[in-house]
Amino acid sequence: MTVTIYIPRDSGALALGADRVARAIGEEAQARGRQVRIVRNGSRGLYWLEPMVEVETEKGRLAYGPVKPSDVPSLFDGDFLSGGAHPLFLGRPEEIPFLKRQTRLTFARCGITDPVSLSDYEAHEGLKGLRNALSMTPQEIIGEVTESGLRGRGGAGFPTGIKWKTVQDQPPGQKYIVCNADEGDSGTFSDRMIMEGDPFVLIEGMVIAGIAVGATRGYIYLRSEYPVTHRILEEAIAAARQAGVLGGSVLGSQYAFDIEVRVGAGAYVCGEETALLDSLQGKRGQVRAKPPLPAIEGLFGRPTVVNNVISLATVPVILDRGGAFYRDFGMGRSRGTIPIQLAGNVKRGGLFEAAFGLTLGELVEDIGGGTASGRPVRAVQVGGPLGAYFPPALFDTPFDYEAFAEKDGLIGHAGIVVFDDTVDMLKQARFAMEFCAVESCGKCTPCRVGSTRGVEVLDRLKNNIEPERQIEIVTDLCNTMKFGSLCALGGFTPYPVLSALRHFPEDFRPHPVREAAE
Amino acid sequence: MQQASTEMVSAVAPIIERWKHEEGPLLPILNGILREFGYVPREVLPAIAEALNLTRAEVYGVVSFYHDYRQNPPGRHVLKLCRAEACQATGGEAVAEKLQKLLGVRFGETAADGSVTLEPVYCLGLCACAPSAMLDGELIGRLDEERAEEIAREVRA
Repeated sequence: MTVTIYIPRDSGALALGADRVARAIGEEAQARGRQVRIVRNGSRGLYWLEPMVEVETEKGRLAYGPVKPSDVPSLFDGDFLSGGAHPLFLGRPEEIPFLKRQTRLTFARCGITDPVSLSDYEAHEGLKGLRNALSMTPQEIIGEVTESGLRGRGGAGFPTGIKWKTVQDQPPGQKYIVCNADEGDSGTFSDRMIMEGDPFVLIEGMVIAGIAVGATRGYIYLRSEYPVTHRILEEAIAAARQAGVLGGSVLGSQYAFDIEVRVGAGAYVCGEETALLDSLQGKRGQVRAKPPLPAIEGLFGRPTVVNNVISLATVPVILDRGGAFYRDFGMGRSRGTIPIQLAGNVKRGGLFEAAFGLTLGELVEDIGGGTASGRPVRAVQVGGPLGAYFPPALFDTPFDYEAFAEKDGLIGHAGIVVFDDTVDMLKQARFAMEFCAVESCGKCTPCRVGSTRGVEVLDRLKNNIEPERQIEIVTDLCNTMKFGSLCALGGFTPYPVLSALRHFPEDFRPHPVREAAE
Repeated sequence: MQQASTEMVSAVAPIIERWKHEEGPLLPILNGILREFGYVPREVLPAIAEALNLTRAEVYGVVSFYHDYRQNPPGRHVLKLCRAEACQATGGEAVAEKLQKLLGVRFGETAADGSVTLEPVYCLGLCACAPSAMLDGELIGRLDEERAEEIAREVRA
């Protein structure tokens, strides 16, 4: 009897040795004369347990992890192919509290299916949204997306339905769907995970977007730091073309749609939509002023939908279950679910999809289990390198766009990076400025010059040169960058700097005073 | 030198040909050249400019804008080490210091014996298993001092 074994091909699992584990299991099975079929699935997102191996048994799928190649003989000795006992036994993955507490809508299939098998995708509710969309008018599709309350998951939180409507309203002609897969924020990996674990859901979402706005061509702008993602996307697109999901007649309909992956070249600023569009056109990835909006004058001057991976990957479930179903999750004006990424110095790091509204404290302490180092949490940065640092005193803040804005922070792409009490917040503030200086596209002065001056001012502060005066200068500089920059890179770099200064002032005081206070 | 550059130009011709009729061909062409040579040689820029009807300055402007487009040949191995926040939070800086010492290079440098080029990278999306690195395209998570020593031995071999 052939036993099916799931071993992830997700980048995170690979970085922890999943390929070596897969090889070891294959070889051991052969040596012992056991028939196994190894499926390379996506990750469930429980990274402290990766590589997590799942076995299809009579009792359902049972998990073991984290598995090292050296564990493989003992797994066979313990008869893991029938779900036998072993120190790494985890039971049914759905029963692991971290997974059990989630509401997986966008990530419903991630880690369960073979990411490049379209039949597996369809067997798990895939393509239902697209089939519904094909029986609706474009207006009705946009109506559902608007009704769902979905807001851009890349960070800006702009209502997706309104963006689509603007593109739809443009006169017919060449229009584009551009997927922003330039996931550059540290602490975020949800785009990568869904593209590696369930790429068809992104493809399906892009096709639906194309039908809704009258576009026939889609581009996925993928960052070059994701080579594994690139391979999986290409395999999935080829499978979708072969099955007629992409091509001249989408599932036999009158609609045509095709997708091409374009790989960037290592520029953080290309995650900004106007820079991204210039980069796709083969130029320097420089930001430009808006208007004109990309929805009106986008790629090659044509009306273009630019959406984040997660926004597009959430569209199929909305078209499948209805806008009202999705809207009924969440709080305030933040509707639906958000895939939160727990990262950095955290005990249980990974992907946690839940309805908006959990507090930061629940996420970090309860779900994440505090720090991996076992030391107290001192700060968390939410929303990537342009997001604010929050102290535990603000852990009652609910995960919601407006609630974070009220506390001078942002959700961004929903990554949370945890730091323990060894962190030096002056150093983190300096890094924010340094990162901005490295990645600035150079077009506007507050960002290009401000970031370099910011590094210099914070260095003077560190060296105790007129500290009070430096704090005054850096605060003023942040104000200029915030209001004078063309895009979020220069405009939001002040968030980590000012939040560090505000919530951790002791780290910005001259050293003798800091030492005396300790 | 003349010989070498003629060879380079003929090696890039099929890459240019593959892309020049597509929308936005410059980045795919440069990415292809990067894969072929490990860097973007200055000698090939005029051929690209001519094929795409751009000025050499425009092509150079694009090459110099993106971090990936090295303008000099890298070492036999390329080690990219993540320096972003999630890796900082998990002791990434100490590992980076150690690796720089072991390899005898600073960030952005190639070892004198040509064994390795060390480059910073800002996020590999492995933030839940940080610190992370990429050695010749292979991903490494939960990088610690022991693994750093292994890497140093590997690239020196």
